[in-house]
Amino acid sequence: MGEPLLRVENVVKRFGGFQALGGVSLEVQPGERFGLIGPNGSGKTTLINCISGTLRNDEGRIFFRGQDITALPAHRRTWRGIARTFQIPRPFGTMTVLENLRVTLEYAARERARAGDPAVEAMEILAGVGLDPKAGAISGLLTQIEMRKLELARAMAAKPALLISDEAMAGLSSSEVDELLEILLRLNAAGTTVIMIEHIMRAVMRFSERIAVLDAGEKIAEGPPDKVVSDRAVERAYLGE
Amino acid sequence: MQARWLLALAGVLIVGAFVVTRTVDNRYVYFAAYGILQYVLLATAWNILGGYTGYVNFGTGAFFALGAYTSVFLIQAVQAPLVVLIVAGGLVSGLLGFGIGYLTLRLRGVFFSIATLALAVVLETMMVNWEYVGGAKGISIIRPSAGPLFTNYVQLLFVVMAALAMGAVAVAWFIEHSRIGRGFATIRDNEEAAECMGVPTLRLKLLATTVSGCLMGIAGAPFPYYITFVEPVSAFNLSYAVNSLAMPMVGGTTSWVGPIIGAVLLGTLQQLATVTISSELNLLIVGVVLVAFVVLAPEGILGLLRRGTRRTRA
Ligand SMILES: Nc1ncnc2c1ncn2[C@@H]1O[C@H](COP(=O)(O)OP(=O)(O)OP(=O)(O)O)[C@@H](O)[C@H]1O
Ligand SMILES: [Mg+2]
Repeated sequence: MGEPLLRVENVVKRFGGFQALGGVSLEVQPGERFGLIGPNGSGKTTLINCISGTLRNDEGRIFFRGQDITALPAHRRTWRGIARTFQIPRPFGTMTVLENLRVTLEYAARERARAGDPAVEAMEILAGVGLDPKAGAISGLLTQIEMRKLELARAMAAKPALLISDEAMAGLSSSEVDELLEILLRLNAAGTTVIMIEHIMRAVMRFSERIAVLDAGEKIAEGPPDKVVSDRAVERAYLGE
Repeated sequence: MQARWLLALAGVLIVGAFVVTRTVDNRYVYFAAYGILQYVLLATAWNILGGYTGYVNFGTGAFFALGAYTSVFLIQAVQAPLVVLIVAGGLVSGLLGFGIGYLTLRLRGVFFSIATLALAVVLETMMVNWEYVGGAKGISIIRPSAGPLFTNYVQLLFVVMAALAMGAVAVAWFIEHSRIGRGFATIRDNEEAAECMGVPTLRLKLLATTVSGCLMGIAGAPFPYYITFVEPVSAFNLSYAVNSLAMPMVGGTTSWVGPIIGAVLLGTLQQLATVTISSELNLLIVGVVLVAFVVLAPEGILGLLRRGTRRTRA
């Protein structure tokens, strides 16, 4: 294997006395579809926060394209090509849906954005997730489901090399889940590496080439989807004993 | 295109202000108009930080007074001309704004606001104890001659303030219609999401606090010549903080027009109250209007207008 796109090395994160991540390591290869699962409160979002720079890890290091990004602020990581969605949607609430994407194209995608009118490109991305009829709507007034789609569309507007989706599909109908899966598969086929965090097992299983399982801040399993689900430790983490 | 028209309009207004000084002789008119224009400048300055990025500054008085006291110092020390006072006031208060910007690293929401309030108290105490600029008892400032173009100095100040206010509005207009303004808005809406969407939030916040502080200092720079007697209580008056916050809120904080509408409305109302009743009612009036708007029309007059046009179109 060549150099991984993302390398997480022994990352520890504490909140006061509580240790949310206890030395997690993982590698994601360029072009890979990587699934991250684990029970509620196992530290998935916390790990994403450390990778995207929303939180600073207390120990360990994070490398992107071989470079140490541990000390970089979030916006610089985005410039380098890491984009994420938020599990609880955080739209730019006073702006329209289109403006949400446009400002992201301007600030996150920068030279990766296509030349010409950013509104056109933003509109295309919106159409991809089926939000184009809502382009002019104030994003703070969208429904929860629309906001999730906006989260994904906005992360796509960053034109990332690595897109991290934190439960983008929660609450969607099964046909909508299939739709978003298609979108992410297409994005991946076009070269974007994707980390998918998801509770909907059907979606992660179908999507991922490799899955890592977190439990109580530790990585307890990693491998191809069918191997991981039959793992004893994973079964125990999910079902208890 | 729109920019060129607005620029032309600004030019016409400044020339208009000058022409007015040829025709109207009543000194009070200039005194009152200066006061309103000063509020257009302060409200616009406040809105660049408070309206665009969402960081509420309660310390307008500190930035304003710092501009005024920079002038007092330079007048005392070297009899500096008005242009120098304005530039210096802007620089000093801009520097203070830059410092305040770093507070946003740790302080958000109401904690930031409280810090700006504390800043005003600290600065006022410093001025009270600094005898060279008048200390607690204040200092008289003698106006220079008005020069050949004006019959008295208040007329000159009026035209200068008209130009400064226009300049501030132009700065706000430019920010609002640029990438910078859109970045500011993401900070107001959700700072963490902004960072993750590539917005360098600290850099933009520092820009906002610096520009806002600088414009407030510029507003205060001609103040010593305007009232001719500077003392801490009036220079740091709470009414600057309250008005510069209330005016954009009443007019509408999301657009450069909002602070102008609010300043003209509340400024005129207060001038009228001062003439007919007493200036002591001013803060009460501002307070009542502000509460009414916050409750009934939180998006200000602009919000009401927008809602109105949407309804007629529908
Ligand atoms: N900012 C914070 N301060 C304190 N504790 C936190 C913070 N963020 C997360 N935690 C705690 O860290 C643990 C891991 O939380 P995290 O959100 O990463 O879990 P998760 O795997 O994403 O769960 P879910 O599937 O419910 O989204 C939880 O116990 C949570 O309460
Ligand atoms: Mg989570």
